[in-house]
Amino acid sequence: MNKHATPNLKAQKIKGGVATDQRHDSAHKHVSGTAVYIDDMPEPAGTLHGCVGLSNATHATITKMDLSAVRTAPGVVDVLTAKDVPGENDISPTGRHDEPVLADGKVQFHGQPIFCVIAETREQARRATRLAKVEYKELPFVTDIGELDPRKDKLVTPPLTLKRGDAAAAIKAAPRRLKGEMRIGGQEHFYLEGHIAMAIPGEDQDVTIYSSTQHPSEVQHMVSHALGVPSNAITVEIRRMGGGFGGKETQGNQFAALAAIAAKRHHRAVKIRPDRDDDMIATGKRHDFLVDYEVGFDDDGNILGVDFMFAARCGFSSDLSGPVTDRALFHCDNTYFWPAVHAQSAPLYTNTVSNTAFRGFGGPQGMVGAERVIDEVAFAVGKDPLEIRKQNFYGTSDRNITPYHQTVEDNIIHRIVAELEASSDYARRRRTIQAFNANSRFIKRGLALTPVKFGISFTATHYNQAGALVHVYTDGSVHLNHGGTEMGQGLYLKVAQVVAEEFQIDIDQVKITATTTGKVPNTSATAASSGSDLNGMAAQNAARQIKDRLTDFAAERYQVPRDQVLFLPNRVRIGNQEIAFADLIKQAYMARIQLSAAGFYKTPKIHWDRDKGQGRPFYYFAYGASCSEVSVDTLTGEYVVERTDILHETGRSLNRAIDLGQVEGGFIQGMGWLTTEELWWDAKGRLRTHAPSTYKIPLASDRPKIFNVTLADWPEAHEPTVHRSKAVGEPPFPLGMSVLHALSDAVASVADHKVCPRLDAPATPEQVLMAIERLKARA
Amino acid sequence: MARLKTRNEIRFILNGEDVALTTVAPDATLLDWLRLNRSLRGTKEGCAEGDCGACTVLVGRLSAGRLVYESVNACIRFLGSLDRTHVVTVEHLRGEAGKLHPVQQAMVDFHGSQCGFCTPGFVMSLYALWMRSPEPSDAAIEKALQGNLCRCTGYEAIVRAARAISSYGKAAKDPLAAERKAVTTRLAAMKDGARVEIGSGKQRMVVPADADDLASVLDKEPGATIVAGSTDVGLWVTKHMRDIAPAVFIGNLDGMCTISEDKGVISIGAGVTYSDAFALLSKRIPALGPLFDRIGGEQVRNMGTIGGNIANGSPIGDTPPPLIALGARLTLRRGKKRRTIPLEDFFIAYGKQDRQPGEFVEAVHVPVPAKGTKFAVYKITKRRDEDITAALGAFNLTLAKDGSVADIRIAYGGMAATPKRASAVEKALLGKPWTEAAVEAAMAEYTSDFTPLTDMRASAEYRALAARNLLLRFFAETSGTKAPIQVMRYEAA
Repeated sequence: MNKHATPNLKAQKIKGGVATDQRHDSAHKHVSGTAVYIDDMPEPAGTLHGCVGLSNATHATITKMDLSAVRTAPGVVDVLTAKDVPGENDISPTGRHDEPVLADGKVQFHGQPIFCVIAETREQARRATRLAKVEYKELPFVTDIGELDPRKDKLVTPPLTLKRGDAAAAIKAAPRRLKGEMRIGGQEHFYLEGHIAMAIPGEDQDVTIYSSTQHPSEVQHMVSHALGVPSNAITVEIRRMGGGFGGKETQGNQFAALAAIAAKRHHRAVKIRPDRDDDMIATGKRHDFLVDYEVGFDDDGNILGVDFMFAARCGFSSDLSGPVTDRALFHCDNTYFWPAVHAQSAPLYTNTVSNTAFRGFGGPQGMVGAERVIDEVAFAVGKDPLEIRKQNFYGTSDRNITPYHQTVEDNIIHRIVAELEASSDYARRRRTIQAFNANSRFIKRGLALTPVKFGISFTATHYNQAGALVHVYTDGSVHLNHGGTEMGQGLYLKVAQVVAEEFQIDIDQVKITATTTGKVPNTSATAASSGSDLNGMAAQNAARQIKDRLTDFAAERYQVPRDQVLFLPNRVRIGNQEIAFADLIKQAYMARIQLSAAGFYKTPKIHWDRDKGQGRPFYYFAYGASCSEVSVDTLTGEYVVERTDILHETGRSLNRAIDLGQVEGGFIQGMGWLTTEELWWDAKGRLRTHAPSTYKIPLASDRPKIFNVTLADWPEAHEPTVHRSKAVGEPPFPLGMSVLHALSDAVASVADHKVCPRLDAPATPEQVLMAIERLKARA
Repeated sequence: MARLKTRNEIRFILNGEDVALTTVAPDATLLDWLRLNRSLRGTKEGCAEGDCGACTVLVGRLSAGRLVYESVNACIRFLGSLDRTHVVTVEHLRGEAGKLHPVQQAMVDFHGSQCGFCTPGFVMSLYALWMRSPEPSDAAIEKALQGNLCRCTGYEAIVRAARAISSYGKAAKDPLAAERKAVTTRLAAMKDGARVEIGSGKQRMVVPADADDLASVLDKEPGATIVAGSTDVGLWVTKHMRDIAPAVFIGNLDGMCTISEDKGVISIGAGVTYSDAFALLSKRIPALGPLFDRIGGEQVRNMGTIGGNIANGSPIGDTPPPLIALGARLTLRRGKKRRTIPLEDFFIAYGKQDRQPGEFVEAVHVPVPAKGTKFAVYKITKRRDEDITAALGAFNLTLAKDGSVADIRIAYGGMAATPKRASAVEKALLGKPWTEAAVEAAMAEYTSDFTPLTDMRASAEYRALAARNLLLRFFAETSGTKAPIQVMRYEAA
């Protein structure tokens, strides 16, 4: 595994090139407990531990904060409050200055950090935190967006409107129309490794921070602001996260800043690892939405015009709510052509934790809204929803303009859905289920096939850049570094495969190294499914620079034309002779050839004018579809997923084994979001689902009983992406929609499929039973 | 009585090494000790409440002279409860020259890890499964993994790996199998019949020598915290940071861990774990089987006890309602004094039980339903497995020869401040013919029996509706309905 293997100089193919099913580079370490996460690193002698004190009021001014008992508790070294932040008391990632490191005089949600205890042990810090005596003057608060008016109430960031054609007129003129509302719940990330930061003070203003973050550059910038020192004093490093899913895009900033502040005050290393409950209370989640829709259509179910209002619970600050709610609008079409469309967002202020990025980044919520509209139309005209879906798909050469005026150039949804419909035996099972339901009094089955189209690129165009640093050492071994972070998705491995392929060396010659702001600067978050697209290209660019130099060198040294220098597996053919890659490197070094390069990539073609609501925000789209069948108990609302079939495309995959894991895992996570994962706030504004005992992510026994996942092997990326592969992080997540719609289909059977169940998400057994009762009452 | 020997240290084996600890805080957890004191950091903390399984380790103990290894959650397992055990962490699995164990190699080859943080816990749970069942069914795999959360893989790859483990090696040749004899001897040698006492005041913990010794310890220290499986008390420490000293550990005590049947009554010692109780109970009262499979995860079932589930008085404990419906009785003991009461009388009000200071739950006695009686228990949760009850109903019906209801006992959890009988419903059914019309009529009585609450698990409306419907389900089940009456993960074996 880690053995320094001697490369095979006669190999036909390198080990671990692109399009091979490599195991995760850390798999052997994961299984043996030797993969080092931040809490596993040996702490420097004298390391202190922090614990954040959380607000007990939902919206209030702090009238008194007596921390004397905290300060005198055993082991306590320091207690930080807002006034102890030496720089700016703000970690707003978008520069809106609305998110303090520690609340200053006013709290805006239950669980907001107001102080931070620093003690000799974590246990002492946790115990001391409970001794604070804080008094509040309570202010009116709102936690539920259902109580708000999206057109009038306070927003945390400016809304977006997308429009094409005259939706109001189209709906008005349509033969049929209907209106409705849908609630879509939020979601806790539940990364298995919670947030953690360890700060180690250096000389001068320097601090090195090990932070479990998807966005080291942002942690660097936030810490530098909070400390009031330049960015060049701060180094942020992360080898791996124990899961991220968007929850570690901005939410690690707070812990990193506090650890750094304490480390500088005490000249000792400081580690902060919040308890799971604190982590779930004090860090943001997926946005929940309330979607208002109106649709105009004809008697065949052809949609003529759609109007959407996407109101989102953003929490007390903007965080990433702007781009998240934007992306919800960008996906309110899913795979459908809306002939006339008007869609607006309302990023609403609430007295809840500030919601943040989560796999799909608002996109899935937009798509769930679109699928509800499809369902409504299907029930209204009395057709199978799949028929309505297919007849409203985007065309391939016409009917292909999105609500944001980008042309869909790479549409493959027709073939994806046709193949899945056949392989899942949809039509026959539809009939079987009808027969089953007719003979089953209590248990009803449901079936649904839902498509996915997901836009790839950061909608903030400037994030679509990446850097990489590649060194070739004199023994021919390669050191690879780039701005992407590893959270389990296999990014490090995929980029290493790209580099191995480029140099034509075995992958075990490529050392994967921790992401650090000291090696590659100004990186974008590892987010928006962009990791391998961006970093793979940047690393390829770096490798190509070195290869170019090597080619020039070899051509000159061996007096052959440049095109007679060929990189073969672990060796280089120069004219008529072959030499080991390592030997060429040695010669190049002796000839003083630079064997290191910084690579760079920026995504071409993309542009976006937010004010006009027009542009090409996405480089391309990723497609997939899933078909699920469920059984529902109409007495209790309990259900099981009997079978799911998925067909998903990843372009010409860099690593199908890794991509399959992304698709399977994404589907289950999406299914969890839409079924059992329920966030619940009580009347006092407290989140009461803040641990795995109360917040239920799927288990192994929640998987579909039959689970057939296929990666389409025929598509390749329409655009010249890295080896024509496509992004795979987020696109599979909304495949979980087929379970929601299968549940809806089962519910609909109690009223003979005449009434749209309007099943909201998450469709917990309770939601399902209540929908059944509603339908029974109307049947 | 001869004066008992006392010992001031706990002794166990950690992987290959003998450990003797003279300083053990009563609330010190195994996980913290492994990670902080021993720098064994392969075992992870995910939730610190026994729900996610990232901290899964194996604990081997002698049960009737046989060495059994069980998966447990190190995060809520107290160090003090480990006397005379063998603790096995993921670090113990690697073979010579770093060779991966069959469980590990299967997980690597089938892409069973992504972020890797939950992985050591999965490896340990699968290892425990593989040791007792080298060719497990999918149902067994899923059951073994109920207490392990993974957020990345969607589990499919892990299950594929689990199916394939035996193709990587033989359980009989496994390192623990090879050590089995030696470890059995070492553990047996640790049994000295002594009471373990460590520390004083807030640091005091006791492991009594046996049940009689427990009685005398509690008689002297009636305020002590009794710790059985620590699946609840563990959270008092990790989440509420309550002081539990003096703590008395009663798991694995002689005289507390027996399970026996006499004249149609099964007596279960308060120290018997769910897992141990299951074997006999599910055989004698098959309807309890599916319920036991849905209590916690495997790690919790290996630690938690029926005695503790009763003694803590929770309105959402899963065993009291079926036991009440079965007419179970409870033996409480203080010193040498014992009393036995109907289980339902133990629960007085929310947080209040009929247990005097110094008294402890010694055993519960469960009558096996007579032939011809119809008994069922239904648990309703948000997520099917490893979830806490929203509502749970247990039904025990005896029909007269003419088909009328001769006797019916119905008890619910999650519907009131205590586990509670549906007396009005029972009354409405008694003497009536067992027909859907009579059942429908009785369903109206639920409102006089229960006024459930709304909380994060379910709304009051849902609880009321679903609880009522369970009676209809019971009717359907007992009246020979052919169509399926429940959604099932697996068809009943």
